[in-house]
Amino acid sequence: MGNVYVYILVMGAVTYLIRMLPLTLIQRETKNKFFKSFLTYVPYATLALMTFPAIVEATQSEISGIAALVTGVVLAFIGANLVQVAGACCVVVFISELIISHI
Amino acid sequence: MTASNKKAFKEGLRDGIPIGLGYLAVSFSLGITARASGLNWIQAFLASATSYASAGEYAGFIVIGEAGTYIEMATMILVANCRYLLMSTALSQKLSRDMPFYHRFLIATHVTDELFGINIARPGKLEPAYDYAAFLACGPAWAIGTAIGVVVGNALPYNIVSALSVALYGMFIAIIIPPCKKNKVIAGIVAVSFALSYAFEKIPLFSSISSGTKIIILTVLISALAAAFFPVKDEEPAEQKEDGNG
Repeated sequence: MGNVYVYILVMGAVTYLIRMLPLTLIQRETKNKFFKSFLTYVPYATLALMTFPAIVEATQSEISGIAALVTGVVLAFIGANLVQVAGACCVVVFISELIISHI
Repeated sequence: MTASNKKAFKEGLRDGIPIGLGYLAVSFSLGITARASGLNWIQAFLASATSYASAGEYAGFIVIGEAGTYIEMATMILVANCRYLLMSTALSQKLSRDMPFYHRFLIATHVTDELFGINIARPGKLEPAYDYAAFLACGPAWAIGTAIGVVVGNALPYNIVSALSVALYGMFIAIIIPPCKKNKVIAGIVAVSFALSYAFEKIPLFSSISSGTKIIILTVLISALAAAFFPVKDEEPAEQKEDGNG
């Protein structure tokens, strides 16, 4: 178990370095195709890994979590913006848990 | 301040305010995660005010909640915030050589998806006055929203907390799904990530691995395989700019 403030310091420092080093050091874009592809794909893999199954476990009932996941994916797919997707997920969880608690 | 700086500053405030409103909602949800990991509102505020990174902070809170090592924390942040390497690299092409160098260190404090997006979308070289004004308008909302999430998350009825806790995941979904329509490789990566993440959680052999380590290993594995077998074409990587958030 570490110290919370040291954790926060590590978080902030690593995040800053990631943003600062390319801005100050890199003069030209990287030509390495593998590295470029890897950097392009990392965000999608990591965000997907953090979303599922965590979204299903964050709610009181697994059913409402699944409902939120499906709603979010469908809305994002048809072009809803970020705030609409996030808002709709919340509303779906709220309503489905209301229904579940009354069954 | 010159007249053109003043104009850029005003426009930055104008573009930053709607971003700040979105930040309030999402960072509130992040605050609920912070509380679940045992952070108080001061610690959550500090984390947000020093990082300005939704996925990165979320990943960091997972490590804190699991009492991971500092090395695990650093690796986790590197992986979760890897996209900022790309964004800062792209942004470096938009900086004027005449701009005083210290601006680069200041701009680097807040390369978020949205601020990157509006800076890239603006014609010409990046104007620091515009960027700083936009950050002033939305940055505090991010840190304050996280702190409010910790405090109010405590007082709210459980069904409201349950509902709000998915806002962050909704945001992640809104970032990863739209590019899947245009790019089959990204669609495949998202599908495989969902499947493996679920499998690692359920298969007894892997379920003892912490979620932090699981995310690092799977991200590197999946992205490296995709990069080896399906390298991006030269015109594609700029896709980042419309994607997302946080």
